[in-house]
Amino acid sequence: MTTPAEAPLEAPELPYVDPVRRARARSKSRRDALVASVSTVLVFAVLGYLVTASPGWPKVQETFFNWDEAVAAWPTLIKAFVLNIKIFLVAEFFILILALLVALGRGLRAPAALPVRIICTAYVDFFRGVPTILVILLLGFGVPALQLQGLTNSPVVWGTVALILSYTAYVAEVYRAGIESIHPSQRAAARSLGLSSMQTTRYVVLPQAVRRVTPPLLNDFIALQKETALVSLLGPIEVLRAAQISASSNFNYTAYVVAALMFVAITLPLTRFTDWLQKRDARRRMAGAM
Amino acid sequence: MSLVDVSGVHKSFGSLRVLRGLDLQVDLHEVVVLIGASGSGKSTLLRCVNGLETVDAGEIRVDDIDVTSAAVDLDKVRRRVGIVFQQFNLFPHMSVLDNVTLGPRKVLGVNRRAAQDQARELLARFGLQDKAEDYPDRLSGGQQQRVAIVRALAMKPEVMLFDEVTSALDPLLVGEVLDVIRELKSEGMTIVMATHEMGFAQEVADRVCFLADGRVLEQGPPRQLFDAPQEEQTKAFLARVAAGRQSA
Repeated sequence: MTTPAEAPLEAPELPYVDPVRRARARSKSRRDALVASVSTVLVFAVLGYLVTASPGWPKVQETFFNWDEAVAAWPTLIKAFVLNIKIFLVAEFFILILALLVALGRGLRAPAALPVRIICTAYVDFFRGVPTILVILLLGFGVPALQLQGLTNSPVVWGTVALILSYTAYVAEVYRAGIESIHPSQRAAARSLGLSSMQTTRYVVLPQAVRRVTPPLLNDFIALQKETALVSLLGPIEVLRAAQISASSNFNYTAYVVAALMFVAITLPLTRFTDWLQKRDARRRMAGAM
Repeated sequence: MSLVDVSGVHKSFGSLRVLRGLDLQVDLHEVVVLIGASGSGKSTLLRCVNGLETVDAGEIRVDDIDVTSAAVDLDKVRRRVGIVFQQFNLFPHMSVLDNVTLGPRKVLGVNRRAAQDQARELLARFGLQDKAEDYPDRLSGGQQQRVAIVRALAMKPEVMLFDEVTSALDPLLVGEVLDVIRELKSEGMTIVMATHEMGFAQEVADRVCFLADGRVLEQGPPRQLFDAPQEEQTKAFLARVAAGRQSA
């Protein structure tokens, strides 16, 4: 249906930049790339030299970065690390739900809900103030000492419960900040359609609030992933404890480095995933507008 | 009997007395335009009519239901009274279609299919059929405000309240929103509208009310109110508006 004469009209119009400016922009971007690579290589070369040239380096390399030790410790460590991941996943699941309930409880304005508001506020005030490590110790050693019938004495369970209690308080505050950041006019618009207060929260306020607080939420979850190591204080063999055992059996600390890398390895994908989620959301909402 | 009956309404925010014994009756199919200086209580009145604000004294009846009584289920009243705001207030996390169908689905219990069909029909009527899948941020101000009107209409309200719906718009986009209101009038919708668009008020209003000091100071058909105002304050206000238009 297109005749040759019409064809050029259908080609997408390219932005017009005059040749001199285009050449100038191109040479600038080439120069920028060159400067960036040279400075990067230089900085890392100097750092590498300083570290490896230090008098103690051979000894450090032997005790912290020993490849054979890493290979030997790997199977035990990865098996122990599974426990950290389990603790993290279970804790995160409960935290996400409980923190939301606490945040919503603090936001209740009905007179009859005053006790709920007081309890939620007191809970947050208390658990945000107490160091997580203390909560773990108190629950992990305190509850079994009560010798209550029907309650487990498992240190893993109580360690996880302590993490949940502690982090729910933080995460509830993150949720609450998000909920309060939604402009009252959004609520008014929803109510004016006849939506109940609860429907308004569910369909209008929360979806926007959660999107807005995803980065700080993720931040708390990365912290939580790391703090699973604190459960080792109660005795279960998670990755930190396993690394400790390995280190004290042969005076080689490579296992610690391997454990550290494991933590880094599981936090990275989470971070990238959130970046991607946010970009996708922004793109979908702003497409064409920017 | 009037469809909307406001009698003796008082409303203060702190020590600021906004409405001071305001009376207003609006009949079925009537278009009433509220004019008056900023702070004269136009917005507050509209927000009281659909229960977004509670009144301090007086009574507001919509279709003979007392909106101001403690026993009334406001959610039930609100679904029959549509309101459109100056700042659109679309839900930014939802597509246009979801914005429009949220009320019918969650409040009226219409199933998704039927709600979407109805929404697409309404959108098409106001020239927005291509925008159904878009998110509000992608639309121009005029398009957003038309979507906001469609969202309110989807609830099949008996009366529509417009709260300075063109004040936040680029002058070039005002016309498309006013066209929608014209269309609604021609269909017989009952409308109460606060506006600064005097020309439009003159054109569509059955009655114009001038608000001052939290009361309806003067009201009448547009010809009478604009051409032969009786009250000094009305004259002064209209003169100020005319002067402002000339200098603009």
